Amino acid sequence: MTLLGQFALWAAFLLGLWSAVMAFSGRWKGRPDLVAAITRSVYAIAGCLVVAALSLWKGLISHDFNIEYVSAYTSRNLPPYYIVSALWAGQKGSLLFWAVVLSLFAAAAQLLSSRRFAPLLPYVAGVTSAVVAFFVSVMLFAANPFTRLAITPADGQGLNPQLQNVGMVIHPPMLYLGYISVTIPFAFAIAALLSRRLDTDWIHAIRKWTLVSWLFLSAGITLGMWWAYVELGWGGYWAWDPVENASLLPWLTMTAFLHSVMIQEKRGMLKRWNLGLIVGTFLLSIFGTFITRSGVIASVHSFTQSNVGYFFLAFLVVAAILSFTLLYTRWPQLVAEVRLESVLSREAAFLFNNLLFVGIAFSVLWGTLFPILSELIRGSKITVGPPFFNRVNVPLGLALLGLTGIGPLIAWRKASAANLQRQFTVPVASGVLTLAALLATGTRDFYALVALALAGFVAGTIVQEFHRGVRARRRMHGESIPLAFTRLVARNRRRYGGYLVHVGVLVYFVAFSGMAFRREMEATLKPGESVELASPFGHTYQLTHLGISQYEALNRVVSAATVEVKKDGRADGIMTSEKRQHVDSFGRPTFEPSTEVGIRSGLQEDLYIVFAGAVGGTEEAVYRFTINPLVWWLWFGGFVLVAGGIVTMWPGGGPAIAASMRSQAGYEVTLVGADKE
Amino acid sequence: MDEPTGNGVASRRGFLRALGAAALVPFGVSPGSQADSLAGRGDVGTLRDPTVLGRPRVPTDARENDKQIQAIETRLACNCGCTLDVFTCRTTDFTCTYSPALHREVLALFDDGKTAQEILDAFVAKYGEKALMAPKPRGVMNLTGYLLPTVAITIAGGVLFAVISRRRLAPAQARAPGGNTDLAQSSGSPEELERLRQALADVED
Repeated sequence: MTLLGQFALWAAFLLGLWSAVMAFSGRWKGRPDLVAAITRSVYAIAGCLVVAALSLWKGLISHDFNIEYVSAYTSRNLPPYYIVSALWAGQKGSLLFWAVVLSLFAAAAQLLSSRRFAPLLPYVAGVTSAVVAFFVSVMLFAANPFTRLAITPADGQGLNPQLQNVGMVIHPPMLYLGYISVTIPFAFAIAALLSRRLDTDWIHAIRKWTLVSWLFLSAGITLGMWWAYVELGWGGYWAWDPVENASLLPWLTMTAFLHSVMIQEKRGMLKRWNLGLIVGTFLLSIFGTFITRSGVIASVHSFTQSNVGYFFLAFLVVAAILSFTLLYTRWPQLVAEVRLESVLSREAAFLFNNLLFVGIAFSVLWGTLFPILSELIRGSKITVGPPFFNRVNVPLGLALLGLTGIGPLIAWRKASAANLQRQFTVPVASGVLTLAALLATGTRDFYALVALALAGFVAGTIVQEFHRGVRARRRMHGESIPLAFTRLVARNRRRYGGYLVHVGVLVYFVAFSGMAFRREMEATLKPGESVELASPFGHTYQLTHLGISQYEALNRVVSAATVEVKKDGRADGIMTSEKRQHVDSFGRPTFEPSTEVGIRSGLQEDLYIVFAGAVGGTEEAVYRFTINPLVWWLWFGGFVLVAGGIVTMWPGGGPAIAASMRSQAGYEVTLVGADKE
Repeated sequence: MDEPTGNGVASRRGFLRALGAAALVPFGVSPGSQADSLAGRGDVGTLRDPTVLGRPRVPTDARENDKQIQAIETRLACNCGCTLDVFTCRTTDFTCTYSPALHREVLALFDDGKTAQEILDAFVAKYGEKALMAPKPRGVMNLTGYLLPTVAITIAGGVLFAVISRRRLAPAQARAPGGNTDLAQSSGSPEELERLRQALADVED
C-alpha cells in the first residue's frame, strides 16, 4: 500500500503543477476543452490524495510497523478510534490530512460554485492546485508519511497519552478544516485580482466559504480549549501559547472580514481592505503552520523540530510577495464607490470594529514574535507569557465587546441624536443595572466588573433587536410570539444569526471573567482525611480522600485516587482522578505517566481535581483542588456561536422578491437624498 | 465439616451485603464512603506498584498554599521548556524536575525574608530576564513591546476618526453657498427627516 500511496502523492504533485501552470498562463481563454481539463485535474488531484490517505490508514489499521509513521504513533493495543485519528497525530500524517482535505475543498469549490463565477474558476483551480502541490512537495521531499524502516519492530511506540482523548479526535480536524478552507476565499480573491473582475461578485462567491472556514476555526479553537482543560490538567483553557495564538490570528482577521464585507456589499466601500484581509488571513494560516512545525518558537503543542518549517517560511514569503504585488497592481481599480459620511454611522462602527480585530491580531502576533525580536535586537532571551498578553489584550478585547453592542444600534450612513437616544437607552440601562447588581453583591475585580457590565450592555442590545423585530412582525402579520420569532430569524438569517453569534461572544466573556474568582489549593491526604475549599459562590466543599486503587486497562496501568465530595455538608458524590502509565502490547512503558483530571461541571462552577502522586509508595495522596467558576458557560458560548454561524449561512433566508424589494426601497430612499442635491 | 459451611455462610452474607449495597446506589446511598482501600494494607496502605505513578511526591506543607508564594511563582517561568509558570508547571507536569527545584529556591529566598520583588530580581540575576513570565516594562525594547499595539491602534483610530470627520465637513463646506445633500439641513420637517432616516436604516439592515 505504501507504493500506491507514494505513486498517488507523485501523481497529485505533477497534476497540481500542471493545473497551476495552465491556469496562470491563461492559455485556457477561449479553449473550453482546456478549462474542462483544468477542472478535471482538480478532481483527479483529490482522487489521488484520497487514495494516499486511504493507503496510510490501511497501514495504520493493519499495524504495518514497517512504515515509520505507523510505528511512531500507534501500537497494537491502541484503541481503534485513536488508530484512525493517528492520521493527524504526527507531522507527516497531518500534512497528508491537510493536503487531502484541501484537495476536496478545491474540488467542492469547482463543483458547487455558481455558473456566473465561471470566469473565475480556472484561476481558483490554479491557486488551489498550487497550494496542494506545495503541501505534497513538502511530503515528498521532507516529510514522507510512507517512509519505511530497515527493521520492522514488533510493536509501535503508541500514541502520546495526551492525544488519547476524544477532544484530540475532533479538535485537530476542526482546526485544520478551518485553516485549510481559508484557501478557497483566498483563491477567489486572487482569481478576482488576476481576472480584473473586481466588482462584488467574488465577495458573493466566497461568503459561504468564509463562513464555513470561520465556523470550523471557531469550533476548532473552542474544542482545543476544552481539550486543554480536560486533558492537560493545569486547570485553565487558554495559556497564550504560540500555537494557540497561531489559531487565533486567522480567526481574528476572518471575523474582521465577515464584518467589513457587509460594507462592501451594501455601500461598495473597503474593497482594498477586504482583499487585504482575505490575503492576510490565508498568510496567517500558513504562518500558524510554520510556527507549529518549525520549532522556531517554544510551544507545548509543537511537532518535532524539523526542516519542514523552512518550506513553510519560503512558501509564506513567496505567497505574500506575489499576493500583495498583485493587489498593488490592481490598486487603482479598487476605488470605493461612495465615501463614509459620518463617524456616527454603522459603517464607521464596523471600521473601528475592524481596527480592533486587526489591532488585536497584530498585538497577538507581536507578542508571539517578541521573544525572537528581542533576542535578535538585544541578544537576550525573554519569555512572553500570559501576563504580557493579558495586560495588552484584555483592554482591547473589552473595547471590542463594547463595540459588539454599539454596532447594531447605529444606523447606516448617519445616525441622528434622536436615533442614538432611542437605540441606546435600553442597552445602557441594562449595562448599568448589571454593574450595580455586581457591586451590590460584592464583586470588586475591575476587569470582571467591566466585562460583565459590558456583557449586560450587549445583551440589552441583542434583546432589544429581537424584541423590536418580533413586535414589528406581530403588528404587521398578527403572529404569535414564537411564530414571529421563528419567522424573524428565518427571513433574515444573516442578521439574526449574527446576533446569535454575538450572544455566543458575550457568553464567552462572561466565562472568561469567571476565572478572576478561581480558588485552588494543594493538599496531602491519607485515606479518610479531608480538606475544605470555599467556593466564590459562598458554599464550602469538603473533600475526603478515600484511597488509591490500581488496575490494568487496555493499554495502560491505572492508579485511580478517589475523593468523596460533600457540598455544605451534603453528600455530592464521588470523584476520581487518575495517573496512567501507558504500555505497549508487551507491557513495556511507552511514555511518562500522565494525569487524568476529575471534573464535576456545573452552571456556577467546576470542581477540578488533580491527583498529583502518592507519597512514598503509599495511599497517601497529593492533590490539587481547584474551583473554576463559570467554565461551563465557555462551552455553551461555543455552542451558541457555532449555532449562530450555522443559522447565518443556512441556505434561503427569505423570498428573493422580498430581497429585491428591499434593495429597490434602498435605492428609492437614496434617490430622495440625491434629488435635493 | 463446619469450616466450609461457615465460609459458605460468610460468603453468602457478604454476597447479600454487596447486593443490598448495590440496590441502594440508585437512591444516592454510597457504599463506597467507608474508605474502602482496594490496594492498600493498614492505615496508609502501600500501593501494589508505585513505579507507575511516576516521581514519588513529598507531602505538601502549608506554604504550598501561601498566596504570596503562589503569586511569585506565577510570575516566574519554568525552564524545562514547557512555557508554563513555575506554579502551574509544578502542580501540573508532575514529571518535571525543574519546577520543584525552582519552587524550593523561591521558598528558601522567602524564608530569608526577601520580598516578592527581591525574589524576582534574584531569579533574573541568576537565570536572566527569561526567568520572568513577562518582560519588565522597562527599557526601550520592552516598553515598545508593551505599548506598540495599543499605541498603534490608538493612532490608527485617531487618524480614522479625523479622516471621516474631515470628509463629512468638506462636502458640507463646499456646498454651503448652494444646496446641500445633508439630510439634517435639507428642507422638510425634522420629523419627516427622522422618518426617512429610520426607513433607510430599516431597509438597509
